[in-house]
Amino acid sequence: MLRDEDRIFTNLYGFQDWGLDGARKRGDWDNTKAILDKGPDAIVDEIKASGLRGRGGAGFPTGLKWSFMPKESDGKPTYLVVNADEGEPGTCKDRELMRHDPHKLVEGCLIAGFAMRASAAYIYIRGEFFIEANNLEAAVQQAYDAGLIGPDACGSGYSFDVFVHRGAGAYICGEETALIESLEGKKGQPRLKPPFPAGVGVWGRPTTVNNVESIAVSPTIMRRGANWFSGLGRENNTGTKVFCISGHVEQPCNVEEEMSIPLRELIEKHAGGVRGGWDNLLAIIPGGSSVRMLPKSICDTVLMDFDSLAAEKSGLGTAAVIVMDKSTDLVRAIARLSKFYAHESCGQCTPCREGTGWMWRIMERLVTGEADVAEIDMLLEVSTQIEGHTICALGDAAAWPIQGLMRHFRPMVEERIMDRKNKQPAAA
Amino acid sequence: MKRVPAPDDQQPDSFAFTAENAAKAEQIIAKYPPRRQASAVMPLLDLAQRQHKNWLPRAAMNTVAEMLDMPRIRVYEVATFYTMYNLAPVGEHFVQICTTTPCWLRGSDDVVSACKNKLGIDLGETTADGKFTVIEVECLGACVNAPMMQVNDDYFEDLTADSTAAVLDALARGDKPKVGPQGGRHTTEPSGGPTTLTDFMGDG
Repeated sequence: MLRDEDRIFTNLYGFQDWGLDGARKRGDWDNTKAILDKGPDAIVDEIKASGLRGRGGAGFPTGLKWSFMPKESDGKPTYLVVNADEGEPGTCKDRELMRHDPHKLVEGCLIAGFAMRASAAYIYIRGEFFIEANNLEAAVQQAYDAGLIGPDACGSGYSFDVFVHRGAGAYICGEETALIESLEGKKGQPRLKPPFPAGVGVWGRPTTVNNVESIAVSPTIMRRGANWFSGLGRENNTGTKVFCISGHVEQPCNVEEEMSIPLRELIEKHAGGVRGGWDNLLAIIPGGSSVRMLPKSICDTVLMDFDSLAAEKSGLGTAAVIVMDKSTDLVRAIARLSKFYAHESCGQCTPCREGTGWMWRIMERLVTGEADVAEIDMLLEVSTQIEGHTICALGDAAAWPIQGLMRHFRPMVEERIMDRKNKQPAAA
Repeated sequence: MKRVPAPDDQQPDSFAFTAENAAKAEQIIAKYPPRRQASAVMPLLDLAQRQHKNWLPRAAMNTVAEMLDMPRIRVYEVATFYTMYNLAPVGEHFVQICTTTPCWLRGSDDVVSACKNKLGIDLGETTADGKFTVIEVECLGACVNAPMMQVNDDYFEDLTADSTAAVLDALARGDKPKVGPQGGRHTTEPSGGPTTLTDFMGDG
């Protein structure tokens, strides 16, 4: 188990002061100037060496992403945009970082923004997180008042602004180009890539979009060194990670643990175990609603990291672990996710706009068994026609939960259809 | 819930920001680069909605369009795309129950039933006295505190049928019920007490 001294978010649960005084006691803003004095390239190199991979779901190497920003200024602004539009079902980690440790994010914005030579950061926070946005705005103001950000940030001579922008209820804005559109004051409909945001981002300027957690861990990595961070977890899956454990466990919770912790250990050490014991486990969605579920047999041994979960055709995603015990109607659980994706499709691409609703309606019939067994193959076929055929990954995200269900629990779905057929009186 | 704009007879003829909110709007617009004032459309619509009993009349959209020098249709597009803008009147207490899978697994059906029973209305409806509107919403991002509901800006978490009813009762009385987990824990630590950071529970 990760030792407390290796935990980055020591106010994860908000038992302490979230403001500047509390943050300073936890080591934030401690001689940040010395970090900036290393220079942008040294910071990017350190983050690269730490092995940090993006914490928002895709797991792209963070340092590498920062290095895509232009090295030579053309005299016009460039931007860091923080994706705080947390909305992936199962996920509630960034919320904790923003309401209980907002200075880690604000300091991270300065360090990351400096490393990519950006002029300002915009933090796009989901609109429902009202208290969180208030704390974050207050932390930003405290940082301005203390000269930590602004025209001469931390006395470094570097000018850097941080702004908080609230969303208004659209899951799709967690997709980076939809978020950029939204920040420009438009509907949140994803853009085609290329051009990538590092070339053409918000207001047509080079932009890097990072998840809250990716940015908030960067000051600690700079203080404790890349070797410390990369010494945690496994190769290519380094560091600590905030996990969200929800569903059928005795004690649902958030916890910061070492990357690559076995899934079973994570649940039994921190969440009080599966309700009714480990043997009562049916399936787990290990990384937020968009990744494919795993049956108990895989959960017994799988490690919670990018590569282990990808090898099981699932994913670490946002590290939101949704536990379902044997009392769960898995078909209904997935049908509800299908409804979610149908609701959240932005409507831009036809396969997703039409397909998500179509899949949801079939899933609802599978819940009652009012379907034909052949429709399962048709559903899977349609899911593959949505997957990979849309501008953004929402189409994929809608397809994968259904594919995961059928991959591991197809006999159960078929049985329900047959049961219903057998109960029907034969046609006269 | 279908998001249909209020009929014409409920739409006010005009809308103007209060002096205080007009000043706030100026501060908001200043966050964005010159000539990029359209970026302020979402916060300004939110500000207008807060000033106007938690719903956004067409007149307010027009006012915002004018302030930001945007075609009205661009503002209507934004107002109708994002679900947090209420296009028609809602109750004083706007109750949003999350029923997405993590909440459903922990009993959001009980929360829905408790709201229906207590208020005598169905999802998507408003009580006759205008005090409560209840709707079903998608994941609100408090999954380890499931099931939960949001009332105006506040999250009420770790709900049961009983605690849901208690929150509604308190609101109906005009009280301010405790926000956050209703089952006794602080925030998102395990309910039996933290398994980590046990030296970090004080003020230090």
